[in-house]
Amino acid sequence: MIDINITEKPLDVQECIKMVMSPDSGGIDVFIGTVRNMTKGKRVVGLEFEAYESMAMKEMKKIAMEIKSRWPVHKIVIHHRVGVLQVGEVPVVIAVSAAHRNAAFDACRYAIDTLKQRVPIWKKEVFEDGEVWVAEHP
Amino acid sequence: MAVYKILAFGIAKDIFGGRAIEIALDERATIENLRSALEDKYSKLKQLSSYMIAVNDEYADAANIISTHDEIAIIPPVSGG
Repeated sequence: MIDINITEKPLDVQECIKMVMSPDSGGIDVFIGTVRNMTKGKRVVGLEFEAYESMAMKEMKKIAMEIKSRWPVHKIVIHHRVGVLQVGEVPVVIAVSAAHRNAAFDACRYAIDTLKQRVPIWKKEVFEDGEVWVAEHP
Repeated sequence: MAVYKILAFGIAKDIFGGRAIEIALDERATIENLRSALEDKYSKLKQLSSYMIAVNDEYADAANIISTHDEIAIIPPVSGG
């Protein structure tokens, strides 16, 4: 099972965990991204996420398929939020279930690392005195 | 000549001054042709550390040939997650 979503609504972490539960799984690994209040010593007021939605959905599906072909995992959920988020809110949730923990850990890490490298989603940091598009992976 | 519609996201939107622009190029232009035409017209693109171009939701290579029916988008460095 693979479930991919991009939404403006707040992400439901519990729901993501529930979606990957299965009786044949021995563990679930979850990555929850949260909006941090500081960047390089500057206070962040909020973040704005923008997605090229059709392509981002496709790239996220590809990542899930790559995981399926590389690790013996059962279920994968990748949900990303767009729009304006406040400090502490959750822009991304990744949940992976597997029979054994190593596959779940490795797959979850691969999912977030690869998402950050190639899924066409952008964040703009909003500071008290202006805003700037982030380019973390030049 | 043919007119290609180009979508912009993130900082590329600020550089183009909008979500989409149109640019005239030869029929059967390549991604490389598009890149140099865009950089001539919008020199700030060259200041980006890098950017990709996507055609119909897939990252394209420099030699790819584009058509006016394709959905073409400028993908500045991504920063999701």
